[in-house]
Amino acid sequence: MTDSHGAGSGNGAAKSLSDLHLIGTPMRKVDGLEKSTGRATYTDDITLPGMLHGKILRSPHPHARVVSIDTSRAEAMDGVRAVATGRDMPVLYGIIPWTQDEYALAVDRVRYIGDGVAAVAAVDEDTAIEALRAIEVEYEELPAYLDPFEALLARGQYEAGDYIHPPRKEGWNGNVTKQVKLEFGDVESGLKGAEHEIEAEYYFEGTTHAPIEPHCAIGMASRDGRLTVWSTTQVPHYLHRELARVFSLDPAMVRVLQPPVGGAFGGKSEPFDLEFCVAALSMKSGRPVKILYTREEVFYAHRGRHPFHMKYRTGLDAQGKLTAVDAEIVLDGGAYASFGLVTTYYSGQLLCAPYDMPAYRFNSRRAYTNKPACGPKRGHGSVQPRFAFEVQLDKLAEKAGLDPIELRRRNFIGSNTRTVNELRITSNGFLECLDAVESASGWAEKFRRLPFGRGVGIAGSTYISGTNYPIYPNEMPQSGVQVQIDRSGRVAVFSGASEIGQGTDSMVAYVAAEELGVPLEHVRVLRGDTDFTPVDLGAYSSRVTFMLGNACIDACRKLKKQIQEAVGDAWEVKPKEVLLAGGWALWARDTERKMPIREAFNLAEAKFGTLGATGSYNTPKDVHGDYRGGTIGASPAYSFTAHVAEVEVDVETGVVEVQKIWIAHDCGRALNPVLVEGQMEGSAYMGCAEAIMEEHVFKDADHGRGGLHNAPSLLDYRIPTSLDTPELESLIVESLDPEGPYGAKEAGEGPLHPSIPAVANAIYDAIGIRMDSLPFSAPRVWRVIQAAREAGALAKPSAPVGIPAKKTGAQP
Amino acid sequence: MPDPTDIVRLKVNGDRYSVGVPAHFTLLEALRYVLGLTGSKQGCDKGDCGACTVLLDGRPTLSCILPVLEAQEREVITVEGLAPPGGVHPLQDEFDLNGAAQCGFCTPGILCSASALLEANPDPTLDEVREALSGNLCRCTGYTKIYDAVLKAAERMGPGRASEKGSSGGGRGEPGGSAND
Repeated sequence: MTDSHGAGSGNGAAKSLSDLHLIGTPMRKVDGLEKSTGRATYTDDITLPGMLHGKILRSPHPHARVVSIDTSRAEAMDGVRAVATGRDMPVLYGIIPWTQDEYALAVDRVRYIGDGVAAVAAVDEDTAIEALRAIEVEYEELPAYLDPFEALLARGQYEAGDYIHPPRKEGWNGNVTKQVKLEFGDVESGLKGAEHEIEAEYYFEGTTHAPIEPHCAIGMASRDGRLTVWSTTQVPHYLHRELARVFSLDPAMVRVLQPPVGGAFGGKSEPFDLEFCVAALSMKSGRPVKILYTREEVFYAHRGRHPFHMKYRTGLDAQGKLTAVDAEIVLDGGAYASFGLVTTYYSGQLLCAPYDMPAYRFNSRRAYTNKPACGPKRGHGSVQPRFAFEVQLDKLAEKAGLDPIELRRRNFIGSNTRTVNELRITSNGFLECLDAVESASGWAEKFRRLPFGRGVGIAGSTYISGTNYPIYPNEMPQSGVQVQIDRSGRVAVFSGASEIGQGTDSMVAYVAAEELGVPLEHVRVLRGDTDFTPVDLGAYSSRVTFMLGNACIDACRKLKKQIQEAVGDAWEVKPKEVLLAGGWALWARDTERKMPIREAFNLAEAKFGTLGATGSYNTPKDVHGDYRGGTIGASPAYSFTAHVAEVEVDVETGVVEVQKIWIAHDCGRALNPVLVEGQMEGSAYMGCAEAIMEEHVFKDADHGRGGLHNAPSLLDYRIPTSLDTPELESLIVESLDPEGPYGAKEAGEGPLHPSIPAVANAIYDAIGIRMDSLPFSAPRVWRVIQAAREAGALAKPSAPVGIPAKKTGAQP
Repeated sequence: MPDPTDIVRLKVNGDRYSVGVPAHFTLLEALRYVLGLTGSKQGCDKGDCGACTVLLDGRPTLSCILPVLEAQEREVITVEGLAPPGGVHPLQDEFDLNGAAQCGFCTPGILCSASALLEANPDPTLDEVREALSGNLCRCTGYTKIYDAVLKAAERMGPGRASEKGSSGGGRGEPGGSAND
């Protein structure tokens, strides 16, 4: 580390594998047995003395003015202790400081079916539900926008109901969250000079996170003016800030606690109405208040994957190299901005690797619509364009007569380079990923050679290991830990990070055990308490292993130095010759000379006083483009992934069965390969689910009540069971990033991306039809098959140049 | 106002309770909010996700849609009751060793389904494991690590030994089967 903030420095190549003792081996999770024995205490598992139950009344209209709210009958009910409305919290908030457009509860307007209007706290849930029925709300309905293109065409006045939000500037359309137009290089001449060009439109239907744990929060306002909120959030720090802001409290008087979180996937990465409501209701009642969303409320809270309407033009030269890429994208944002400003940038910015693009242009517009707000879902903003683009590449390969893996190799951007939009790429194991899936899947024997109805498809991708800049501008570190050593030989890590199941608590424990030489069982991790743990910005953008891992190394190496010095003094040897490993301090020159690590700690404590150190990580600053928006998409390191999917398509029913996905992922270094594989498999599963079954859709006025969720339950919004999930094979690729902790990069989001286009490309290989709209559900696929059959185009595609066609099985 | 309260007699994890609950309560509500057994989770409250799965007379049962009155005079086992006192069930240990619990929220229900499977079929095939867990949604793992854990637990328990219900503390396995200093 170069300085106390560790800015831009890393710990990547510092150690070769042979110097590491624990890192890189399979290890238990620090909370594994707690979870498997049912002892882990999630937010809804907490009951506080005197706790009340809260419920939120929600709008039945997609767009309406709130004329009046009468809560008097509810307030007079036996057992009702508090009622809150938007008037109690009339402060706009929002996760992105530039687009704050939400109230905790509606103040004068509701913008989707499900928008919160009032909240009650009562002695039990039944009484709270009855109290909601006693609240009278008078609405004046306004025209609803359910289609983003209609919303973008709107003209008029906010007050008249023509816009969903007040325009940010006089004369602007209040239905536009953000528009981003960026061009790098000369796109038009690139396309003109291309040997092959593909132009096509794609549609990505929205999907939602569906964590198995519903959102839950408990608020407790103390009489000394302090506010404590327990929440299922994945961003305690941002929730802390927004609670202080909405209630005009000194942030020092607000405490956010994050118990273990039962799945999030981006769906809990901003404040929700329930966190403000439990706070307001507790302030009014003087008692702790809990709100647990119903599953239906989870679907309406959403903030999931945006529906994207995309149009791509892509050129290829005679050598099979990309010449230019042009993208037009409309994002259907739903009722609020959420992370939408970032999503709009990401829709274009994150496409520029792993392939070299000489010229690139995108024009992305995010529209407000009267549906639940979209936000970040695993692979934020880049899963949709990646689907479209990897299918474009497949079409270009077909046109150019190239094997699609070969096409990807030819366009490999390389390592230690810059993308066309000026993002810095360091380590890059994409070629190794392609090699791994090609060989493991038996690609050469299968591509264009399986019988009609069966096929394989390839796709690649890249993703960020954290965003280079925090959500609110500041110069402070992005991640911090404090490490304390006590006389028993125990190491306590106070971690700012958010454990949402991905294993961040375990990750810091592995780092501490590795650096300080203690057994894993002697490391304790305290996490998720803004009163006691340093700030980490949260579990989003795949930032935690990279940033928190580096911060923990930073803290541990400060302590290690003290311990080495104390032992070196005692042994009269050089401090750097003292090794800490496996519960011992050892002399490097003769490892027979050793002492238990606890004695080493005691020597250091005698010499230096109580042993503790903080560590932090901040990002390097020169890794992005020098243009407006050039920082968005910038990351200290990028992961790379390639998948091969194998499918079987039933042309009579349209059912696509994904039989297997081979997942090769460059995670830099697998700190614990078991957990990395878990992230890869979970990602590929989630992407595959989006490919074949998931649809977060709303009724239009012709099919019931416009804006009503089509299927807000886990039965009707189908997520894969064990029987629906394909076989998944993980192939870890390690490129050892120079700045990652021990070389590590992200693994939790990148491996989702290629699942979808790999399945689309496999369907083409199987039956010769292109699925350019998601999901590839049986009705959709069947319709495309029928059209192809009528056009006589239902057939195994012919083999590209260089791949001799097999003689049999190519006709329906 | 709530329904009149009934006194319900329950036997959970070998313990007998008499508890006053509203008559409309489900078994899950009684377990979580009256007995304080919060290991069983509520994911959907309508029998879709399986996070609330418990064993009722040995059969995997969705406790979120079972009226508590119907659990009277029957044997209820929850995740808290799978292991012997002070020990862990081989399934619980293998879930940890194989990274089968990420967020852990579906885990208690899956463990109940898996333990019923191993009780009935001590040496299941992969397809039998997939079939037995098809009523439990997991959103984190893609199920792969869960299969690994169940199959390894079956191996560890040995054919015909499923009913031994786990080891006492200390007999824990090694992560990934490799030494780890």
